[in-house]
Amino acid sequence: MTQGMNNLLGLREMSPESIVEVLDTARSFREVLERPIKKVPTLQGTTVVNLFFESSTRTRISFELAERRLSADVVSFAASGSSVSKGETLKDTARNIEAMKTDVVVIRHSSTGAPHFLSRLLKSPVINAGDGINEHPTQGLLDMYTMREKFGELKGLNVCIVGDIVHSRVARSNIFGLTKLGANVAVCGPKTLIPDYLDQFGVKTFFDIDEAIGWADVLNVLRIQLEREAGGNFPSIREYRLYWGINIHRLERAKRPLVIMHPGPINRGVELDADVADGNTSLILDQVTNGVAVRMAVLFLTGAKSS
Amino acid sequence: MKLFLKNARVVNPAEELDGVFNMLIVDGMIQEIGSSLGGNPVNYEIDLNGKFVLPGLFDMHTHLREPGQEYKEDIASGVASAANGGFTGIAAMPNTDPVVDSADVVKYVLDRARNLGLVNVFQIAAITEGRKGERLSEMKDLAEAGAVAFSDDGSAVANSQVMRLALEYSSMLNKPIIQHCEDHDLTKSGAVNESPDTIRFGYKTQHRLAEELTLSRDIKLLEAFGGKYHAAHVSTLGSVTIISDAKRRGVSLTCEVTPHHLFLDDSMLSNYDSDYKVNPPLRTKRDCVALVDGIRNGVIDAIASDHAPHAPHEKEVEFDVAPFGMIGLETTVGAVMTKLYHEGGIAIRRLAELLSVNPRMILGIHLPTFAPGSKAELTIIDPDVEWSVNLNEFKSKSRNTGFKGWRFRGAAVGIINGERFYLSDKLK
Repeated sequence: MTQGMNNLLGLREMSPESIVEVLDTARSFREVLERPIKKVPTLQGTTVVNLFFESSTRTRISFELAERRLSADVVSFAASGSSVSKGETLKDTARNIEAMKTDVVVIRHSSTGAPHFLSRLLKSPVINAGDGINEHPTQGLLDMYTMREKFGELKGLNVCIVGDIVHSRVARSNIFGLTKLGANVAVCGPKTLIPDYLDQFGVKTFFDIDEAIGWADVLNVLRIQLEREAGGNFPSIREYRLYWGINIHRLERAKRPLVIMHPGPINRGVELDADVADGNTSLILDQVTNGVAVRMAVLFLTGAKSS
Repeated sequence: MKLFLKNARVVNPAEELDGVFNMLIVDGMIQEIGSSLGGNPVNYEIDLNGKFVLPGLFDMHTHLREPGQEYKEDIASGVASAANGGFTGIAAMPNTDPVVDSADVVKYVLDRARNLGLVNVFQIAAITEGRKGERLSEMKDLAEAGAVAFSDDGSAVANSQVMRLALEYSSMLNKPIIQHCEDHDLTKSGAVNESPDTIRFGYKTQHRLAEELTLSRDIKLLEAFGGKYHAAHVSTLGSVTIISDAKRRGVSLTCEVTPHHLFLDDSMLSNYDSDYKVNPPLRTKRDCVALVDGIRNGVIDAIASDHAPHAPHEKEVEFDVAPFGMIGLETTVGAVMTKLYHEGGIAIRRLAELLSVNPRMILGIHLPTFAPGSKAELTIIDPDVEWSVNLNEFKSKSRNTGFKGWRFRGAAVGIINGERFYLSDKLK
């Protein structure tokens, strides 16, 4: 029987066993998504609130779909910017919503630790849908699910995360989750986009993308956030594309066909060329489908615990 | 009024005084101090059973928040907090609203404080107009009004030319420039120290060099142009080394360290609790060890609280949004006695230098003495009383401390300041 979870705040705090439990649970929900009627009554009568304090299209839609396919009642709240700029504190917003007798809170926020902060204030389980540069645990889990589905197991798999590591919550959740399940993880990008002290996680660093391609089984390519401060951390998009952009030409020099992943949305022609993104080793759309199943699993394991 | 203190272990390094004495205080003045007094009818007699009596403690780095932010703290609550923490004197930082950059604001604060009594309040004025780092404040006029030092605390004077002028101009007044060392270009990316732990916790970080670069530059300026310089809240191993090297070269400068930088470290940021968000940020355990070494070997001159009150609604927010700072007036003595006196084996005499004598020397403030005929200004410390930090017992208006729930051994249990005295609940 399942253990369930009180919260999903990050993969850093999660045991390998709990991660495997989510991945195994997701497999049965993945099957549900292939049925003609893609809906189960699992969370009937449970109300899930999606608090999105940072703009998001795909993560929000993915969570909402996952919630509806579990028959939960869904309320979504989107506010850009910090809670302070709209005059109410995050604490008040969350407590007011909980006072309306909701059961599970999903939160995305630009501040590291906002979900942890909420989890101390609320009785409801809190699911982190991305906090600052810290973690995006459901993305990490769906990436792991996708790799596991492709390769059978994660142990011994060489996964290289490419791009803006220092500002990436996806990179961090991948690092925590993958290393816990025995994968070998490396990062690749310009030095100014890679934080120090990664060796504490047993992570290798490549500054040369061709070396990384020679080493890896999977490239998890991150979005270069043109709009964020990362913009100032390297000379130009042109130079990035020239030296770290993933294109067919580069991949042809790999010893074996490399699996390509990307958390989306893709800047086509910047970090990833269109023919690679759409090529036959790309798992990008599988990631999107699996994302719904993984989020169903997380909601099930936390929601079931709450009710 | 006559007050009789029996069996006090009186320690004052400034007078080379250390011994168990009885002390008779009449109308706020020390009338007699000796081994066998008594027999006189008195209003109060307290047997201290060997508890320490030090020249009144002095906190040279306090934020009183008045004028302008009285919901965080005001002069009255700050004074009550200081008295409860064992301080007979405090120096307030000028980053209020309005900024203390004109003689009128200095006079306002000093007048308000004088009416309260109990704790002697001194005011530090801004180095530059509005703390903007551009144009010198009217330093001479501010000093005439009573300012004891100059600081743009909360931000550094970044412009080297302005810093040169500040050192040169203030040297005419013999008042120190207290620098908050921070290279703001290096820190704007993050609010916590860059270390393996904070990278693991997923914070945006800032590098320790932000403090050390400004400190190093200032020492160069000081060597070239002279002046009186004090580094506020130094927090890194590198800063201790830089100051130690400078002092060895014969450069005259002083520095302070806070209890939170001595005893808290950035591994405590794992819960994203903004009570641990301070500026400069909490560093690593290795830095804490270096700071304690600096206390031991004399590189560090003073311990100061950097008491920085913020209302609960300001701190109970997302980490990124929360303001920097924690309160410290009421936990400083407990932390110092527990960690430095008991665990660190540092003598009470040295602690009296750090908490009482040196802060006053740096600011040019008259030192209390125990000589008969002088005004009584003293702090009673019980080295063995055990207590827990309970937020609801603070006299401060604010509750933001990283020491919440800590168990301490040792506390300030009372102060006497002339005719005013305050005895805490911890006095047994």
